[in-house]
Amino acid sequence: MTTRRSIIRAGLLGSAILTGAVSYAPMAMAQEVVKIGLILPMTGPFASTGRQIEAAAKLYMAQNGATVAGKKIELIVKDDTGTPDVTRRLAQELLVNEKVSVLGGFGLTPLAMSTVPLATQAKVPMVVMAAATSMITEASPFVTRTSFTLPQAASVMADWASKNGVKKVVTLVSDYAPGHDAEKWFADTFTAAGGKVEASIRAPLQNPDFAAFLQRVKEAQPDALYVFVPSGVGATVMKQFVERGLDKSGIKLIGTGDVTDDDIINGYGDAAIGAITAHHYSAAHPSAKNKAFVEAFKKASNMRPNFMGVAGYDGMHLIYEALKKTGGTTDGTKLMDAMKGTAWESPRGPVSIDPETREIVLNMYVRKVEKVDGELYNVEFSTFEGVKDPAKKKK
Amino acid sequence: MLTILFDGIAYGMLLFVLACGLAITLGLMNFVNLAHGAFAMAGGYATVVMVNWLGIPFIFSLPLAFFVTAALGLVLERTLYRHLYGRTHLDQVLFSIGLVFMAIASMDYLMGSSQQFYKLPEALKGQFDVFGVGIGRYRLLIVVICGLLALGLQIVLAKSLFGARLRAAVDDPRVARGLGIPVNSVFAITFAVGSGLAGLGGALATEITGLDPTFPLKFMLYFLIVVTVGGTSSLTGPLLAALLLGITDVTGKYLAPQFGAFFIYAVMILILTLRPQGLFSREK
Repeated sequence: MTTRRSIIRAGLLGSAILTGAVSYAPMAMAQEVVKIGLILPMTGPFASTGRQIEAAAKLYMAQNGATVAGKKIELIVKDDTGTPDVTRRLAQELLVNEKVSVLGGFGLTPLAMSTVPLATQAKVPMVVMAAATSMITEASPFVTRTSFTLPQAASVMADWASKNGVKKVVTLVSDYAPGHDAEKWFADTFTAAGGKVEASIRAPLQNPDFAAFLQRVKEAQPDALYVFVPSGVGATVMKQFVERGLDKSGIKLIGTGDVTDDDIINGYGDAAIGAITAHHYSAAHPSAKNKAFVEAFKKASNMRPNFMGVAGYDGMHLIYEALKKTGGTTDGTKLMDAMKGTAWESPRGPVSIDPETREIVLNMYVRKVEKVDGELYNVEFSTFEGVKDPAKKKK
Repeated sequence: MLTILFDGIAYGMLLFVLACGLAITLGLMNFVNLAHGAFAMAGGYATVVMVNWLGIPFIFSLPLAFFVTAALGLVLERTLYRHLYGRTHLDQVLFSIGLVFMAIASMDYLMGSSQQFYKLPEALKGQFDVFGVGIGRYRLLIVVICGLLALGLQIVLAKSLFGARLRAAVDDPRVARGLGIPVNSVFAITFAVGSGLAGLGGALATEITGLDPTFPLKFMLYFLIVVTVGGTSSLTGPLLAALLLGITDVTGKYLAPQFGAFFIYAVMILILTLRPQGLFSREK
C-alpha cells in the first residue's frame, strides 16, 4: 500500500514540476534505489553545457550498468535554465521530495553557490561537473569537483608561454568573475616568471564588436594576446583577430581551452587554426580510452564530447566509486570521505580528488588548433602532469 | 585613429540596418514591435542555412535573407500583428515581447543554442590599407550596403506615391480609406519591408557579432537606443543616431576600455535630455 501511494505521489510530483523536468529510469520497486539529482542548464544560453553533461552521464550509466553495490541508480535531471534561484529551488525539491543521495551538475559558479548551503545543511555531497571558479570547493566540506578550475588552466598557459619565448602579453577577458580569475592567475604566474603584461583589457560581457579592443592590441604589438571569453564569443574574437591581420603581425593567440571548446570549434572556420590554449581535455586526446569514449559519445548523442562532457562522465564515475567503497551506504559524510583521494583513469588522462581540498588534480595540456581529417581539433603537444589548483596551494 | 573611425562607422551602419526596419514600423506605423530583433535573428539563421547547408554564395544569400524574412513578416502581419494596430502601446509591447521569447525558444529547439557562423568568401576577408588606414573588406561592404539602403529608403518614403500613401494611412486611416488608399495592403507591405530589412541586418551582423538564439534580446536595447535617439519622423535621424552611437561605442572602448559600454548610454542620456523627441522629430 505504501509503495503504491508513494508511486502515485511521485507521479503527481513529476507532473507538477514545470521546468522541463525529465525523469529517466522507471521507478524500481523491489530493489533499493539510490537517486542522483543532476541540476543543469538544459535550455537558455548555457544549454550546451547541460546537454553535454546529461549525455555523458547517461552514457556512463549505459556502459557501466545501473546497479552499484546492490543498489539501483536512478538519475534525475532537472533544468535550471542557468538561473541561480531556480537551481536552489530545484535542489530543495530534489533533497526534500526525491530524497536524492548526491547532487551533481551545476553549469556556472553562481548556480553552484546558490545550492551549497542546502547541500551542507542536508549533508548531501555536491559533485560540481562544470562551474570553474576556484572558491566553490572551499564553500563547504560537502563539495567536490570533477571539472577543473580556471586558475589551473590559466597558470599553466602562463607557465608555458613564459618558457616559450613569449615576453610581452596583452590580456583580453570578458568582464565577469571567471574572466577576472583567468586574468589574475595568468598575470600572476606570468609576471612571476619574468614576463610582462603590457595591458589588461576587460570587455563587457555583452559585447557585440571587438574591433576597438583588437585595434589597441595591434598597436601594442605584444608577443601574444591572452584571451578568456565565454566559448561562443571566442569565434568572434578569433575572426576579428585574423580580419585585422594580427596573426600576420606575429602576435600569438593564447588562452584557456574554454575559448576553443570542442563542441563548437568546428564552426569557427580557419581563423581558429594556430590558436594555442591550455586545458584538461581535448576530444583529440591520443589515448585508447578517449578514442572509445569519443566514439561512444558521438554514437549516443550525435555531438563531439567537450570538456564539460568528460567532467560529467567522470562525475558519474566518482559517485559510482564512492558507492562501491561505502558498500551502498548513502550517508553523505561517508560518501564524501570515500570520494576523497579517489584516483582513476579518465578519458582525459589520470585524475584524482585531492583528499585535503576535495578539488580535482589533473593533467593540463597545451594544445594548438589544427585541421585533422577536415575538422578542427585541439591537438595536444605538451603536458603538465598532476596540476593542483594553484589558488589553494598558496594558503 | 582613422581605422577606429572607420570601424565605428561600419558598426554604426550595421546598427542602422538592424534598426531602420524598426524606425519604419515604430515611426511610420506607430506600432511598438519589440520582436524586431526576432526578425533579424530569422534573417541571420536563414543566411546560415543557405550558405552552410545549401551552398548558396554569400552575396546572393543576402537578398534572399531579405525576402525570406519579409515573407515571414508578411505572414505574421496578416495573421497576428494587424489585430493589434488599434490597441494601446502596452498591449503591443506585451504581445511582441511574448513573440520574442517564443522565437528564442523555437530557434533553440531548431538550431541549438550554440553560436552559428557562416563561411565568408575569401574576397571579403581581411583588411587592406588606404593611406595607412586599415579598412576591413567586410566592414566596407556593410558601409556600402547601408549607404545605398538609407538613400533608397529615404527617396521612397519622401518622394514616391507609396511613401505619400503610407504617411496618409498612418495619420488618418479612415480618411485614407475614403480616398481609396488600400490601407491594409500598404501596412502589410510596409511591415514586410521593415521585417525584411531586419533580416538583412541580421544576415550582415552574424559575421561581426555572432548569432545565437538570444540575439533578439541582446540587440533590443541597441535598436531602441537608435530609434529613440534618432527620432522616428524620418530615416535621417536613425541613420545619424546609429553612426553617432557606433563611433562613440568603438572609440570609447578604444580610448578607455575599462569604461566599456558606458559611453553609448552617456550619449543617449545627454541627447535625450537636450532633445526628448530625438535628434530629428516632428514638433508635437
